[in-house]
Amino acid sequence: MTRRARLMLFAFAGPGLAAVLVIGFAGLPSFGDYHGVYGHVVTGIELAERHATDIVTALNFDIRAFDTLGEEIILFASVTGVALLLRPLREEEEDEDSEDGGQEAPHVFGGASDALRTISAPLAAFLVALGAYVVVHGTITPGGGFQGGVVLAAGPLAVFVGGRYLASRRLAPDWAVEAMDAAGAAGYVLMGIGGLVFASIFLKNFLPLGSPGHLLSGGFMPLNSIAVGLEVTGAFLLVWTEFLDQALVMREKGGS
Amino acid sequence: MTVVQWVAMIAVALAGTAVVFVADPLRQTLVLGIYGLSLTFMFFALQAPDVALSEIVVGSVGVPVIVLAALRKIRSADARREDREESE
Repeated sequence: MTRRARLMLFAFAGPGLAAVLVIGFAGLPSFGDYHGVYGHVVTGIELAERHATDIVTALNFDIRAFDTLGEEIILFASVTGVALLLRPLREEEEDEDSEDGGQEAPHVFGGASDALRTISAPLAAFLVALGAYVVVHGTITPGGGFQGGVVLAAGPLAVFVGGRYLASRRLAPDWAVEAMDAAGAAGYVLMGIGGLVFASIFLKNFLPLGSPGHLLSGGFMPLNSIAVGLEVTGAFLLVWTEFLDQALVMREKGGS
Repeated sequence: MTVVQWVAMIAVALAGTAVVFVADPLRQTLVLGIYGLSLTFMFFALQAPDVALSEIVVGSVGVPVIVLAALRKIRSADARREDREESE
């Protein structure tokens, strides 16, 4: 399509889209004017019946825990797909340049300044601590399994940013990453089966609720949060590792 | 809406437009990160700290790593193909 033809097409489609958007937005309720029913119901019951002070976590890990199960499985399946596609192919091999006789590999890219290399190790420790905090405090303060899981996964990534890719792989070895991903997904399903066994309903809370605001409150929510945290940490680390392996270590056989 | 919310929304609109108009994919990744940060600020201003946390971890760490690795792979593959064509 020539540039002229594309501009002509846009001359029709652009105003059309603009008109539809204006009509659509004009029909929206005004800012802060909430008409839903469920929002009020949920805000009413989450502290009284679920003993959680963070409403979003109560929603994700108890009230609509089954939807979260679906999201878990989506993440798990997509990560499995990425691993399936990006694991070394038969036509690929490890780049010799990336191996240095098994010693500290020379994965030093231009951007890793001395300051970055120095700070990467303490940053990794800090990120892991922060991630664990966010995961276990999901029922009390904003955050939870997903957010904390990504922060946890960023720990090994901080080592990579310091220019030491293979060291970051040693910090999070493949078997541990895969085990976390699988254990998280399986753990969440087991919580559901626990509900089926002890409370007769799949993914229904079967643990004591505790007092609101305490670390162990909200029944089985903290355990769900930890399961999701494990799975998200494993999932992100697995995807990053596969992509970075492809970008840094793998090359086509017979290439270059 | 408060002033902070207005500022946050305008920042999102500007950053989102900037992402579209940056042509080079490498620079675009960085601008995308800034866009994610402005979205985080907007969610926070709209009193949704959980969503803000999700956005900042995905927008500043999750996506850029994957995009940057993919860009690097594409470039090294391109460079290798050019080398091969020259040597033939």
